[in-house]
Amino acid sequence: MQMLSNTVGRKVLMGVTGFFMLLFVIVHLLGNFSIFAGPDGINAYAEKLQGLGPFVWASRIFMAAMLAIHLIFGVLLTLENWSANPQKYAVKKMLKSTFAGETMIWTGLLLLSFIAYHLLQFTVRVTPDVVLGSDPKGRFDVFTMVRESFRIAPVSMIYLAAMVTLFLHLSHGIQSIAQTVGLSNDKTLPQYNAIGKALSVFFLLGYSAIPVLILAGVGIFAR
Amino acid sequence: MSEHASEHGTMTLKLIVWRQKGPAEPGRFETYAAKNITPHHSFLEMLDVVNEELIKEGKEPIAFDHDCREGICGTCSTVVNGVAHGGQERTTVCQLHMRKFKDGDTIYLEPWRARAFPILRDLVVDRGALDKVIQAGGYVSCHTGGVPDGNALPIPKADADYSMDAAECIGCGACVAGCPNGAAMLFTGAKVAQFAALPQGQVEAPERVAAMIKAMQDCGFGNCTNHYECQAVCPKGIHVKFIARLNREFLKALFKAKSGSFTPVE
Amino acid sequence: MILDGKAPTGPIETTWDKHRFNMKLVNPSNKRKYKVIVVGTGLAGASAAASLGELGYNVEAFCYQDSPRRAHSIAAQGGINAAKNYPNDGDSIFRLFYDTIKGGDFRSREADVWRLAQVSNEIIDQCVAQGVPFARDYSGYLDNRSFGGAQVSRTFYARGQTGQQLLLGAYSALSRQIKLGTVKLFPRTEMLDLVVADGEAKAITIRDLVTGEVRVHAGDAVVLCTGGYANVFYLSTNAMGCSVTAIWKAYKKGAFFANPCYTQIHPTCIPQAGDYQSKLTLMSESLRNDGRCWVPKRREDVGKPPNAIPEQDRDYYLERKYPSFGNLAPRDIASRAAKEQCDDGRGVGPGARGVYLDFKDSIARLGEHVIRERYGNLFEMYERITDENGYKVPMRIYPAPHYAMGGLWVDYNLMSNLPGLFVLGEANFSVHGANRLGASALMQGLADGYFIIPYTIADYLARAKPWKVAPDHAECRKSVEDVRAAEKRLLSINGNRTVTEFMRELGTLIWNNCGMARSKESLTEAIAKIPAVREEFWRNVKVPGTGSEFNQQLENAGRTADFIEFAELLCRDALHRDESCGGHFRVEHQYEDGEARRDDANFCYSAAWEFKGVGREPELHKEPLRFEHVHLSVRSYK
Ligand SMILES: Cc1cc2nc3c(=O)[nH]c(=O)nc-3n(C[C@H](O)[C@H](O)[C@H](O)COP(=O)(O)OP(=O)(O)OC[C@H]3O[C@@H](n4cnc5c(N)ncnc54)[C@H](O)[C@@H]3O)c2cc1C
Ligand code: HEM
Ligand code: HEM
Ligand code: SF4
Ligand code: F3S
Ligand code: FES
Repeated sequence: MQMLSNTVGRKVLMGVTGFFMLLFVIVHLLGNFSIFAGPDGINAYAEKLQGLGPFVWASRIFMAAMLAIHLIFGVLLTLENWSANPQKYAVKKMLKSTFAGETMIWTGLLLLSFIAYHLLQFTVRVTPDVVLGSDPKGRFDVFTMVRESFRIAPVSMIYLAAMVTLFLHLSHGIQSIAQTVGLSNDKTLPQYNAIGKALSVFFLLGYSAIPVLILAGVGIFAR
Repeated sequence: MSEHASEHGTMTLKLIVWRQKGPAEPGRFETYAAKNITPHHSFLEMLDVVNEELIKEGKEPIAFDHDCREGICGTCSTVVNGVAHGGQERTTVCQLHMRKFKDGDTIYLEPWRARAFPILRDLVVDRGALDKVIQAGGYVSCHTGGVPDGNALPIPKADADYSMDAAECIGCGACVAGCPNGAAMLFTGAKVAQFAALPQGQVEAPERVAAMIKAMQDCGFGNCTNHYECQAVCPKGIHVKFIARLNREFLKALFKAKSGSFTPVE
Repeated sequence: MILDGKAPTGPIETTWDKHRFNMKLVNPSNKRKYKVIVVGTGLAGASAAASLGELGYNVEAFCYQDSPRRAHSIAAQGGINAAKNYPNDGDSIFRLFYDTIKGGDFRSREADVWRLAQVSNEIIDQCVAQGVPFARDYSGYLDNRSFGGAQVSRTFYARGQTGQQLLLGAYSALSRQIKLGTVKLFPRTEMLDLVVADGEAKAITIRDLVTGEVRVHAGDAVVLCTGGYANVFYLSTNAMGCSVTAIWKAYKKGAFFANPCYTQIHPTCIPQAGDYQSKLTLMSESLRNDGRCWVPKRREDVGKPPNAIPEQDRDYYLERKYPSFGNLAPRDIASRAAKEQCDDGRGVGPGARGVYLDFKDSIARLGEHVIRERYGNLFEMYERITDENGYKVPMRIYPAPHYAMGGLWVDYNLMSNLPGLFVLGEANFSVHGANRLGASALMQGLADGYFIIPYTIADYLARAKPWKVAPDHAECRKSVEDVRAAEKRLLSINGNRTVTEFMRELGTLIWNNCGMARSKESLTEAIAKIPAVREEFWRNVKVPGTGSEFNQQLENAGRTADFIEFAELLCRDALHRDESCGGHFRVEHQYEDGEARRDDANFCYSAAWEFKGVGREPELHKEPLRFEHVHLSVRSYK
């Protein structure tokens, strides 16, 4: 109960759920890198994943729960914070807080809408851009699906924007986890901060590389 | 070595000050001129000058909280140009000096703003909520008398120093005023950490942290989202590591035996 | 009238224990039937309220600040004494007792001072148990430093914030009782009158500083812990709100005011920089452990940058005059020595009112980091105020009014001559005689609150049935009417001068005429001038606003009115005490070398004054002092 009603408890829940989503983002990125190995890479990877069967569904449910908990407390937390500070300063100068930190709720909600779109697109596969087909080995052709979608510039743009959003959310979020669960002190806080920045830049570059390279038609993505 | 005040020119400043008669009254900004201010005036002495003028003109002087004027009592509490205590590092507004300003500067003066701190008048707010947080558990429940010798229990110097770093908090509430969420985590964290680091504080540690966090919430303070503005405006430089400590103590408490004298962990 | 301090007799070592045994006790189940009014939440008030609440009394605590934690005890920097003898350097209860009597220039009651020294050790234990983070050495044991007026290291400290940490300890104990419901707290509340009913102190009249409401709080006993009156000098190291008001109102209701002329001027404060200045800032005396005081030997050199003055042209006057105590000479002596140098035209800085406090040698000896660790926050504070770097350029210091040894007269039980009125901490006159040694006020405040009042108040309460005056008792009604009338009068004058202008005028007059050096002429002049200030104040002061709101000018006006009346008593006492002792230096009475010359034949007593009406001469009562354990001698720190 303390976890749900206590301000620190709730924050810890957000940190933990955020942490699992962070792990997903890492694994997903590594998985997505298999696209650079061409259709054989990513299609095989996708097939292997599908083959895990119930495990896939277990982890999907788990991640959905993480997202839901994170979402609920993120919204509650923000609403409470707004009401704790009803009257704004006419002049307010921030000394330490960052744009990323101040916009967590917005970047979070944007991420939510991105995830919804992304799932409809590549998991449920119902958005108009999606190209359904099989590769020569009879596997579902993820490679082509992704490539064809990202060749549509607006779709790539949405992705790039989403990756910037993710970057913002995590550049504040990662060090925030350490502080929230009480891992940081005066020496390690700057270190966590650096790790957080580095990771979120890595995500930004890593994820963005896919739409950018496809759009540019480089290497295996050549038209 | 700086020269004496008279060798500098004096300054005139434009003050834009929040005026509000009472908690339920609407407030608004008024503009005043602060004249003949030397670089050696403290910020509050500058306000004294303005108030003397106002009184002579038959107007209501600006109400502002202050007492020790040496940076230790934590009474003074004004947001200057958008920064609680005015933005000089580790400095209360009573210790801020006018040499930090230039002739002709415009200065906004606002009270601490947070739901937990209702405005009483002008720049004066009610910070009783901070006392409530301490009353919930910011103490070691020892009796008067009948305690062991002061040296009975050696405490590693590092722990004593850490505890003292936390204990330096003057309870001014700038952390709340500066926090975009109106959170009192730095204040509360500092007190929790002070006792958590000492053997005397161990027995009640789990109940203390739970009770103080609860009081903090009941008083209407916001939640921490790790902006670290609090440390930046804190006149004692209380470090946000004490917020991490508070969080850690909370998690520890969840797994600890639940007994003691405070409101028990649910 | 000859006053009796009711000090127990017999071997001094046994006095307190014997007395404790002889005092009556209140049955535990009866305690909650008694209500105790505690005014003030400084070290004395917070510790008293917490301890009484814990014992089971029903306590109401008052302070004018928005939180008990802000009482001016918070500002004490240096430390707190105790006779623990942890450093094994020859300290003992007897030595602390001896040093305090001697430091007070033989003007305090022996038994009271003994008791203070005796309970000093318990205070340290108590504070450690509360979680006060005292400084420790690498072994993990408590660290000590030395302080003015003693040759042993008996001062416990918490960085440069000892008062803060001790007060927060007492405040936390108080907070615990508030939570438990034994103590009810009234912050932003100012006591403006004492109600005496049937000859006993039974209630106070207060003003709620937020709403302006005036009302009576009745109890079985009233405990005043309202601090000192050094703000009578206008510029002092006290907080802006510190006032004589509470004890002055009690005085006007019949409590005797003892030794008002014993005021302490602290030697190490930041000199005044200009006329606008609102207060003076103390730099802990502990700085004198490592800093050396000097002025240029020659007047021609005073304008030069200090570092350009070669060693042989510097006059380390304290080391020269007091070779054995050197820079650690007691406060009154160090202050007067600084004044002497400045009077001799060798003062430095603005207005030539300053001497150097130089850390050059200790930085060379110990390294800057050690000095930084010891006094870093003081150097920072100095820099913020003066814009000068004390590590590079010697600090400038000058004495400033700091502490009031005088206060309401109390007997050994800390009860004034008014039954039921107890006075603790700086507000009473008890243990410091004519001069207080460093680090002993914190000790006194906590001794009074934690370890003395819990016993002595029981002795008083046990003799009476619980009895509180009704709010419609004639005395209560009159008191409320008086307070309201005074308020109304202040608000209706609408004159031409502000409250601050009057306070500044009064302060300057008292500082010049009754400050570090006093003479028959200066005092007579002040006594002649004060009534004119008072008269003009009540004719020409301008207090804006109304009484039924948050009105800081009205608060100040009331305090100033009391200071003006009090100033007259201060000067009268100083004039009557035709000797020099401790903080009271009459230029007529000094040895050739400028040391204070006491007159034990005629003045070995405490002077307690009885109010006879505003502007009327008060009546003097004497409490003779006997010294059986420390022999009256000329105080020497050579
Ligand atoms: C700058 C400075 C440094 C010092 N350093 C040291 C040191 O290092 N060591 C040492 O031993 N001593 C030191 N002293 C002295 C010591 O701090 C004080 O003498 C002592 O703390 C006084 O405690 P107190 O409880 O008597 O009064 P205070 O702490 O002054 O408390 C007074 C209380 O009374 C209340 N009050 C006053 N008037 C009214 C009223 N009319 N109505 C309601 N409430 C009222 C106030 O709100 C406050 O709560 C220092 C003093 C100063 C000024
Ligand atoms: C569903 C939409 C989301 C919303 C509304 C949301 C909102 C928030 C909010 C308000 C915070 C608090 C800010 C702080 O404490 O620093 C936060 C923190 C965080 N979020 Fe999100 N977020 C969302 C999605 C995500 C996603 C998808 C991830 C990961 C990929 C994520 C990772 C994090 C992390 C790591 C934190 C830091 C937690 C902590 O401080 O303990 N969030 N989020
Ligand atoms: C360029 C960037 C990205 C690409 C190319 C990409 C690609 C894909 C693909 C192809 C799938 C479907 C896999 C399959 O069903 O076989 C998928 C699923 C998914 N992606 Fe992404 N993704 C990207 C970024 C992201 C980001 C930033 C997030 C989260 C913040 C995310 C969250 C998900 C989720 C939750 C799924 C569903 C997983 C499941 O089926 O359980 N993706 N992604
Ligand atoms: S933590 Fe700092 S800002 Fe907050 S109350 Fe304490 S001293 Fe003031
Ligand atoms: S600014 Fe506020 S959000 Fe947390 S880190 Fe400080 S309390
Ligand atoms: S007035 Fe005391 S800290 Fe500023």
